[in-house]
Amino acid sequence: MMVDDALRLEAHPAAAVSSSEAPLLEARGVTIQYAGNVAIKGVSVVAIERSITAIIGPSGCGKSTLLRAFNRMNDFTVDAQLSGQIMYRGVDIYHPHIDPVEVRRRIGMVFQKPNPFPKSIYRNVAWGPVINGFKGDVQELVQSSLEKAALWDEVKDRLNESALALSGGQQQRLCIARALALQPEVILMDEPASALDPVSTARIEDLLFELKERYTIVIVTHNMQQAARVSDFTAFLDSGRLIEFGETDQVFTRPKEKRTEDYVSGRFG
Amino acid sequence: MNMVLESTANLARRRLKARLFHLSCMALTWLCLVMLAVLLIHATRQGLPWLDVQFLRDFPSRFPERAGIKSALYGTLWLISLTAAFSIPIGVAAAIYLEEYAKRSRVNSLIEISLANLAGVPSIVYGILGLTIFVRWLGLGRSVMAGAMTMSLLILPIIIIASREALRAVPDSIRQAASALGATQWQTIRHHVIPSALPGILTGTILALSRAIGETAPLIMIGALTYVAFVPKGPMDAFTALPIQIFNWVSRPQQEFHELAAAGIVVLLAVLLLMNAAAVIIRHRSQRNRL
Amino acid sequence: MAVQTQTTGSQLRRRSTRRWQEHGIKGLLFLCALLSIVVTVAIVAVLAREAFTFFRSVRVWDFLFGTRWTPLLEPRSFGVLPLLSGTFLIVVGAAMIGIPIGLASAVYLSEYASARVRGIVKPILEILAGIPTVVYGYFALTFITPLLRFVLPQTNIFNAASASIVVGIMVLPMVASLCDDALRAVPDSLRQGAYAVGATHMEVSTRVVVPAALSGVVASFVLALSRAVGETMAVTIAAGASPRLTLNPIQSIQTMTAYIVQVSLGDTPAGTIGYQTIFAVGALLFVITLVANIAGHMILRRFREVYE
Repeated sequence: MMVDDALRLEAHPAAAVSSSEAPLLEARGVTIQYAGNVAIKGVSVVAIERSITAIIGPSGCGKSTLLRAFNRMNDFTVDAQLSGQIMYRGVDIYHPHIDPVEVRRRIGMVFQKPNPFPKSIYRNVAWGPVINGFKGDVQELVQSSLEKAALWDEVKDRLNESALALSGGQQQRLCIARALALQPEVILMDEPASALDPVSTARIEDLLFELKERYTIVIVTHNMQQAARVSDFTAFLDSGRLIEFGETDQVFTRPKEKRTEDYVSGRFG
Repeated sequence: MNMVLESTANLARRRLKARLFHLSCMALTWLCLVMLAVLLIHATRQGLPWLDVQFLRDFPSRFPERAGIKSALYGTLWLISLTAAFSIPIGVAAAIYLEEYAKRSRVNSLIEISLANLAGVPSIVYGILGLTIFVRWLGLGRSVMAGAMTMSLLILPIIIIASREALRAVPDSIRQAASALGATQWQTIRHHVIPSALPGILTGTILALSRAIGETAPLIMIGALTYVAFVPKGPMDAFTALPIQIFNWVSRPQQEFHELAAAGIVVLLAVLLLMNAAAVIIRHRSQRNRL
Repeated sequence: MAVQTQTTGSQLRRRSTRRWQEHGIKGLLFLCALLSIVVTVAIVAVLAREAFTFFRSVRVWDFLFGTRWTPLLEPRSFGVLPLLSGTFLIVVGAAMIGIPIGLASAVYLSEYASARVRGIVKPILEILAGIPTVVYGYFALTFITPLLRFVLPQTNIFNAASASIVVGIMVLPMVASLCDDALRAVPDSLRQGAYAVGATHMEVSTRVVVPAALSGVVASFVLALSRAVGETMAVTIAAGASPRLTLNPIQSIQTMTAYIVQVSLGDTPAGTIGYQTIFAVGALLFVITLVANIAGHMILRRFREVYE
């Protein structure tokens, strides 16, 4: 089984390169600390191509830290130190020769609180590709990105209006479109619906099912039902450690660890 | 005897004291308004009679009726333009470095300390510096260039401090969003941080320049002439400036020249009023757009 | 798979052109920031160089404690105390005006005034702060001095009192603004606690809030006085050019700053001892304001640490 292979890779890292089904994105024994505090310790998870991997756990367990490690957004945190490896297509993205800017073009991110630029809707989506040297038809790219984010119909007549005039749910879909415009392989989502109302949340979840067909998604969520509904694989973190990782179905209905069972049945967290 | 509740008389006395205190604080505060009003009224009353088109068009003269501030106006214009050209790019650049790039290090701490001290150095010391380095050492003489460079050093800390505050006010979420899209640090700053901070930077710059317009001591040190009957034609020419001309007239014993000085003051205050109004308008409009 | 890894690896590598571009921009910005250190060093170097030359001809003791200042006239004497006393007179007078009014305004604004009143008074204070010093000098000479002479006819046309009054007006916005910030930073819970035990508004303000904000308030005083020391044009215009060791405010005096202006307006050639006095006095001025500013900022920082 693919997942068993993935877990075995932790023991035989060299095998990752020769296996024909190497995961797209992988964390191997990753430990991150800020200013002496250990945020996550010895975490190993994988993200298989074109699947949704959810990271769940109680507040403060290190979910966001782990997520941000995948596209080197932790670089911006002062004193953040990472040991272990984050492999993207077999390449350690923290290698000194690797450009974090290039990493972020291929691994996009959507944040918890929608953060569109204070510019027009069009400029929000177009800016990323343009500064990265996109030479094709920008208008077409903007349209297809907005369509993929299920926002095109709502904004097609007002592309030049300020993005800040949109509602919260629309802004978040705009941020998704903005990330999609770069045509990444992986999209990281940090609790994308937690700041939104239930209707918008449902729309974002529907969107995830559509996006899964083309993109690999890693989503952090504190909403267990959301994780159970939407994801293929689930990683459960607690106090910075990976307690369990496996297919969502198995983690929620037949968890291997007692702590997992306690968490998914709502006994704590 | 009831020791818990104080006597009514005592309470009444405390209340009276409190009322008097309130009134005194209020009176002293409004005294500031009174002082400002007296100052403005006095200057306007003395100066307005002398203020006509001829005043703006004539050069200074030994005869008060024929004296004007043309050379001073042109000199100030030259001075401010050059000062802006030097101080704004350098000041904003330094602010960008300190807010967006600088990490904690020995050199960066020293920069911060220097900046804090420079803001409090008396303007005449900047004049001494300008005299020694720009006028003598670099051989620029008593030119507009030397004056502008000296002024730039003087207002540089103000521009840096104001720009830093404007940059700091840009929410971090914008920077994170841009970085997550694969932008380099400079791309993020250039396309998102600076445009967002621009109103604050502009406001700070205008206020710094309005401070520069009123400064006299450094210009005296570098040799801005106090009697100039010509208009500077280039940056290396000698010059005078509004505050210098005012100082010159005020220093003469005759009453007419004091009134001329008042006229010059009215012009100077009008210019300052315009600049500050512009800064306030910019600040208002940008705040409206943010909502 | 290995090939794919290699392609990906090379795609993700740093582009050298972009790296140099980013480094170049950062370097340029850094140089601009470095200028502040350069200017500080330059000020110190410029003042020190000529001051040292000066002190080879004049003993430091004679300079600092001599009571006669006639550097440009024979018989020459280089005792700076008259200039120091002139500056001192101005600073004391300014403090007597600026500190009480500034503090009272701050107390009124933060403890009593409505938002509407604040909206009127704060801009007025900002305007007072923004008026150029020549204008204040003019006001001192043409309005305050005649007024003083009306009340006290022995007042000289150039006198320390007029100048110190306007310098007081000049620094009071700074005192008011800094004290206002300091008072507003005091948490409301302290006020509420005092009211709850039956204190009057005045008692709360003077016995609870101001003491709680004391280091911020004191810092504002120190910084304002430093500003008064460095003030030039108002004293040059209104206080006179007669260095005199006196505490009499209705006499004509000369401050350190006014002396420097006087020499610059004259014809003293470079290299002469008269020229060097600019730097000696300038160095003394710089040191005094530097010490005052550092002290003021240190006190202010201690205040901020407690409340922010």
